[in-house]
Order: sequence, then structure tokens, then C-alpha cells
Amino acid sequence: MAGAWETVIGLETHVQLRTLSKMFCGCSTAFGAPPNTNVCPVCLGLPGALPVPNEQALKLAVRAALGVGCSVHPRSIFARKNYFYPDLPKGYQISQFDQPLATNGSLSYLSPDRGVATATIQRLHVEEDAGKSLHDRFPKQTAIDLNRCGVPLIEIVTGPDFRSPHEARAYLLTLKQVLEYAGISDCDMEKGSLRVDANVSVRPAGDTALGTKTEVKNINSFAYVEKALTVERDRQIAVLEGGGTVAQQTMLYDSKTNSVRPQRSKEESHDYRYFPDPDLPPLVLSEEFIAEQQTLLPELPAKKRGRFVEKYALSVTDAAVLTADRAVADYYEAVVHAGAEPKTAANWVMTEVLADAKDHGDGLRVPPGALANLIGLVRGGTVSHQAAKRVFAEVAERGGEPRNVAEALGVMQVGDTGVLAGWVGEVLSAHPTEVARYKTGETKLVQFLLGQVMKASRGKADPKLAQRVLEEKLTS
Amino acid sequence: MSDPSEALASAKAAADRIVKVKRLNACLTPIKELRKSLVAQASAAHPSGVLYGMPVAIKDNICTLEFTTSCGSKILEGYRSPYEATAVAKLKAAGALIAGKTNCDEFGMGSSTEHSAYGRSFHPFDKTRVPGGSSGGSAALVAAGAVPAALGSETGGSVRQPASLCGVVGIKPTYGRVSRSGLVAFGSSLDQIGVLGRSVHDAARVLSVISGRDPRDSTCEERDSLRLPNVPESLQGFVIGIPKEYLPQDLDPAVRRACERAIRLLRELGAAVREVSLPHTAYAVPTYYIIAPAEASSNLARYDGARYGPRFNGSEDVRALYRTTRGEGFGPEVRRRVLVGTYVLSSGYYDAYYRKAQQMRALIAQDFRNVFDRGVDLLFTPTTPTPAFKAGEKLNDPVAMYLSDIFTVTANLAGLPAISVPIGRIKGLPIGGQLIGQAFLEDEMLEAAYALERAVPAGEEA
Repeated sequence: MAGAWETVIGLETHVQLRTLSKMFCGCSTAFGAPPNTNVCPVCLGLPGALPVPNEQALKLAVRAALGVGCSVHPRSIFARKNYFYPDLPKGYQISQFDQPLATNGSLSYLSPDRGVATATIQRLHVEEDAGKSLHDRFPKQTAIDLNRCGVPLIEIVTGPDFRSPHEARAYLLTLKQVLEYAGISDCDMEKGSLRVDANVSVRPAGDTALGTKTEVKNINSFAYVEKALTVERDRQIAVLEGGGTVAQQTMLYDSKTNSVRPQRSKEESHDYRYFPDPDLPPLVLSEEFIAEQQTLLPELPAKKRGRFVEKYALSVTDAAVLTADRAVADYYEAVVHAGAEPKTAANWVMTEVLADAKDHGDGLRVPPGALANLIGLVRGGTVSHQAAKRVFAEVAERGGEPRNVAEALGVMQVGDTGVLAGWVGEVLSAHPTEVARYKTGETKLVQFLLGQVMKASRGKADPKLAQRVLEEKLTS
Repeated sequence: MSDPSEALASAKAAADRIVKVKRLNACLTPIKELRKSLVAQASAAHPSGVLYGMPVAIKDNICTLEFTTSCGSKILEGYRSPYEATAVAKLKAAGALIAGKTNCDEFGMGSSTEHSAYGRSFHPFDKTRVPGGSSGGSAALVAAGAVPAALGSETGGSVRQPASLCGVVGIKPTYGRVSRSGLVAFGSSLDQIGVLGRSVHDAARVLSVISGRDPRDSTCEERDSLRLPNVPESLQGFVIGIPKEYLPQDLDPAVRRACERAIRLLRELGAAVREVSLPHTAYAVPTYYIIAPAEASSNLARYDGARYGPRFNGSEDVRALYRTTRGEGFGPEVRRRVLVGTYVLSSGYYDAYYRKAQQMRALIAQDFRNVFDRGVDLLFTPTTPTPAFKAGEKLNDPVAMYLSDIFTVTANLAGLPAISVPIGRIKGLPIGGQLIGQAFLEDEMLEAAYALERAVPAGEEA
């Protein structure tokens, strides 16, 4: 049904900056502390307490802005966003409004529909988080936890650039990669360190004017981004196809029922009465400060991907897998630098290493030097590829040098032609029929016989040498 | 003073004097609590401090650990701050004794101390009159001789106006000279802690102690504490401007006489006096009554009954909690300003009011720079248009009340230091003259104030 309609999506992403302390006070940002323990007069909004900006948060925000290609403004303004809510202790949130930290950026990502695409970043600004209202903790009462209150956030706003829910998701994953790479945020949606609101509208395919948009909120996990946007898109199309009009409103996504419902108008605030926060002088950043943050940005995923293709002759797909996570990319390069052949190293990292990491809390358990040695053992014929996987698992589990581990496991390949000849002899006398058929011209049976030799050696025979001994015996 | 027994005697004497002026309703701290605390403070105070043993009363909108901080409001009745204002901490570090909390207009909003939830304060010389405000309790206590100095706060003249009406010295420092941390916010871009003192010297000593940088306030300037000037022999070399807009045709003739005498004395002291013009002065009060309420409407949003302070009946849901807490907890003047402030910030009106007011504020500040750039060191003006007025006289006429700050709001809008010094009496009631200085040049302003104070027969009819 989406065929006749074009979907238009823009994303507003809130990202928690990875700082030890809050945006305007010294309280800890640690997740999971007992309620209302990481608080002080400033983040509680007690009478007379004043905000003082956290410099580390500003550094990370500037790095984020540079990472998504924004111009960082030498002067920006903190503004108060006024609204009443019990988990907002000052009655306003310190944010930025008409003079944000940074504007005018772009982020290139791989669209599943269109290949390499570019999302425009309209603005990036700094703000503080609110607390948390817990409606289900006590019957008929609301509990308030202010530990999150004052935690530093950046908000990153894209243009209406995405044409499908999965495209929006692809952008989000790329953004997450960039922010994780640069150490700006943990981007953990489950812990609330990355939150997404989406503006969604549809229009007849081919139209240039935008349809009426709704804002979808409460998307709590990466897994739900695509679902929530699809549900809302389909709802809008159904409304329009039924002859109705889309109302401009905020929709809340419910992951349990995979549906959206309009936010009650009572929950919405209509006029935030933004004005410059008189407690905070304009945020003035020197050219040197901004330049320094640029130098502290690591090589970002897109650039690294290109370099991997170029330098290691990898496919774009392989390079994308290897660069998706900075730790994995660094690991891969360490394996190569330790002497492994790049393509083989890539295959090992993408299969054994990532599988092992997935099962063990993203830990890269085999040191890169050990993996390079193991790859060397396979290449030198000392260990078969199959046996090397066992060695890898053993090293991951218990450590040790691959060569020693291979010896201990008894998987070192046997290249002694005398020993090989013994196994070959056993196999030939056990399979007289196949030997006879080989001799009448069915030469491809050599593979079957070789398999039997390998089996007889319990995998230890060097396959190339074994084949030579086998063929010699068969033709002699 | 550096002897512990003297500090103790000073503490007890201060408590006795404060009891004696109980009729002024200037001190909100219960006397038993005050006496006990003063004695404890005296024995703990550091004898090497420059204010060792000096009792200093604190306006009720400045956070102290010792006593409640209710801001003259029902909405903070019984509120105890878990931290103290930087200015208070600095006073204590200098050995001063925190001599109770003083009555004020609720959250500093008013010019008579009649807008206090704890009853009005009385003028020390005439109980039918007001002591001015909003720091009226501080001014009355100092004027009555109960304490040598008290902290007040200013947003539009709340230190200088009551100082003028009570016949004491009141200093508003440059914006950013004293940390606002722990000063309960009213209009953050205008607010400064100020000092009321028996004399320029007493007030200046206290100011010097509380001034200086503070990592807890981003608007506090990175400067060392103010250094105290010496009392000058003369004012040779000073150029003092008299802005003509501050001596209008319809000024109270007695106030004019007092000012003219003070100007003559400044001349006799050796100062060059010349008339100057600050052309945007007429817009100062309207500008102030947009900016200050706008900021107040946001600053006072936190008083919602959810976390601290009393709750009132009818709190069945959160909206009702806000309504009843704020409806009953705030007095009428605060409610009026919150409404005005909310209105001028709302979308559709922001440009017409708030933005315009900010532009006008810049012009008013520019007026002062223009005058100072032309070689004028200081300005002299009346502090208030009249001496102390009758209680109730302006209570139902907010605009008349607002106009009693007409000569003081400009220094707040421009962020400049200013001081009110007694310049005589009118039918027995004191009246003050104001010196406005250049930003962070309080020392020059204080020198001139010293000289004027010595030259003026302050107790005499003007």
C-alpha cells in the first residue's frame, strides 16, 4: 500500500554525552544509582543555586558537531525552555534555542534503498536532561527520580531527508557509529543514553510539498525504530486513503502492542517561552578550542571504511563490517600489523572473532598477535583451517600461544611421508572397490579417498602432502 | 577585636539590641534561636578574620545554614537551605556573626517591605511609615543601631532605596562583583547582593569581604576582592556629572534642596561638577518592569510544592497541586509579576515586549558609557524621589510604588555600581543622595562617598 505514497521522515536524536559529571553541576552521571542520590542544590533546582557549564561536556558536544560536519559557532546562547512538570525541578530546562552550538552539517550513510545517501544535520545543540517520573512504582502515586536531571545531552536534528523507515534506521546506526567512535556517547537506547523522536509525513509519490507531519515519541530501542515509523506511516496512509486528513500531533509508540496513540493534549506544552538564560553568559568558544577538538576526533567510520578498501583491498561490504565498531577496526588493523595477510585476517575477524565477541559481551578475547600467529600456522600448513578454529576457541577460553595450544590439542598437521603412507595404505586396503574404479578412470574418487585418509588421521594429516602420497600410491 | 570574650560580648549585645527593636518587625528570626546561634557562632568564629565578631544581619532571600530562608514568602515558610550563599560563607570565614534574617518584600518584589508574608516592617523613626524595600528589614535594623551592617539584595534599587529612606548607607556593587550563588533569584540579570551599613566604611568593609570570584556563579567576574580605598583629603581631580533627567521640574522641592546642598559640598571638596544627559532615562522603569518580571516568571517556576515548601489543600492531581501551591503560596505582587512576565515572554508578544526591552536596556547602558567616555568619573543623583512614605499609601497603586525606584533601576539595567549616602533630613525623615560609578570602579565611588559622608550634616534639615 505504500507504493503510491512517499514517506518523509526527519529525526531528532538526543544523545547523552559521556561525562563523569552533569552538565551544570558536579553530580555523578552514573546509571543505576539508587533514586535521588546523584543530586545537589544545582540539579535539584533549590532556591539560589546556579548552573556552571561542564567543560568536558562542551568538548564532547563540539567533537560531535564536527563529527557530523557542522559549523560550530564561536558564540551560542543557553536558553530556558519553560514548562511545568514534576520531574523538571526548576520549571525550565536549560537548552539552546535560536542560537545553537552548531548548524549546517551532513552525515553520509548507506541507505538500503539508494546506496550512499546524505542526511542534512540542521542543528546540534547542548541541553540538560530532566528527571524521571515513575508512574508504576507506587499505586496511584507518581515517584520522581532526579538522578538523570541535569545529565548533559546533545540534540541532533536532521532535515526531512529519509524516505523510508529502514532508511531512517540506517542513518541512526551510522550516527551511533560516529558517536561511539569518537567516545562522545555510549548510545545505549536501553539506558536512555540515545533517544529518538521522529517527524513523519507521507505525500503522494511525485509531490514536492510536504504532507502534514506527526511527531512520534517513546521509541525506546533500536529494534523499534523501524517498527514505530512503519506503524505511523501506515496509519497516515490509511487515514488519507480513507479520505481523512492527518492531524498535526504527537504520537506515542507502544512497543508492547506495536501501535501508536496520540499524546493527550494535556501532556503537551504549547508555549515554552524560550528566552536567554540570564544565569549563563553567552557560550564563547575560541578558534583554538574548536580546532583542538577537531584534532581529538578519531578517524570516523566512513573514512576508515574507504581506507580499508584502498589499503587492504577489501570489498566495501567487508570494510563496512570491520569498521562498524572502532574496537573491532582497531583489532583488525592490529592483526594485520602483526603480519597476517589482510584478506585472510578480515575473514577471521568477521567470522570467528565477531562470533566469539557476540557470545562474550563484545570482548575481543584472542590477542591480535596470537590471531596473526594462528593465521601463520594455517598458511604454513602446520595446522589445518578446521583445526585452527579449535585452536582459536581454546586460546579464547584459556589463553596461550597458538603453536603450543595446537600441540597440546594434538592437531599439528602430520607432514611425515612415512606416517602419511601408513594411513594411505590403511585406506587403500579398506576400499578395494574404489581403488579399482579409480584405476579404470574415475580419477575424481581421489577426493573421497583423501577424505578417508584425513578421517583416519583424525584431521592431522597435511592435506596437500597426503594427496601427493595418495596419488603416488594409486598410480604406482 | 581579636579576643574571643569580646566576640561573645558582641554577639550578646547584638541579640539584646535586636530584641529592643522588635517593634520594627525587621528581624524574622525568633530571638531565642538567634541568641543561641550568635553565641555558638562567636565561640566558633575565627579570630584572625577582618570582620571578627561583627554582627551582620542577612536579608531573608539569601541562603544561610543558620536560619530559615523564606524570602518573605509563605511558599518557602520554614524552608532551610542545605547550603549557604557564597557571600554568607565569606562573611563567616572573615569572622562575622550571622545576626538573623531580615524581613523583605516577597522575593524582593516591592519597595516598602509591605509585601511580606510575615507582616510589614516599620520605619525606625515613624511607625506610620515604611522603611522602603525590598531590603527594608535590613535598612531598619541598621538605622535603629541594632547591627552595624546587613546584607540586602538589589534588582532595581532594593538596597539603595531603603537606605535612603532610613538614613543609612546602601551599596549596590557592579553586576558580577559579588557572587549570586545562594541569593534566591528574582531577576537574574539584574540581581546583586548589596550591603547596608551605618557608615560608608562599615558597608565598604563588608562589601570588600563578600566580593570576588566564585566558581559557583558563571556571571561572577574573575576578579580579586574589592580593595578598600582610603578616605580622601579632597575630591580634587574628580569629575562628577549631574544627569539633568534625575532632577526633573516636578521633583519634590525639599529633595532638590538636599541634592543641591550635596552638589555644593562636592564642589567645595574640589570636584568638578558638570551637567550631563542620559536621554533614555524615561524608559528605564518600563524597561525594568518587562525584564525583571520576565526573568522572575521563570525563576519562580520552581516553587510548585512538589519538592519543598508547604503544600496547600486541593492537591489531588499535579495541576491542582501547582494551582493551589502557587495561588495560595505567592502574595498578590508576586502573582502580578509572574503574570506580567509570562505574558511578555509568550510567543507573539516576545518581540513586542521582551526583545524591545532588551534593546532599550542596551541604549540605557550606552547612555552611561557615553557620559563616562567624556571624562565624567561619577554621577550624582537623588536616590529616591521622596523620603519615607506612609504605610498603605502606595499599596494599591503598583505604578506609584514602581516609580519610587525611578532613580535606582538604571544602575541595575546598566550593571553599574551605585551607593546611597544620607544627605540630610526632610521634616525629620532621612533622604539619600546617590553616586553611580563605572563598572568595577567601586573604589573611586567609595572615595567620593567617604568625602561626601564626612561633609554632609546628615542629621540636619535640608
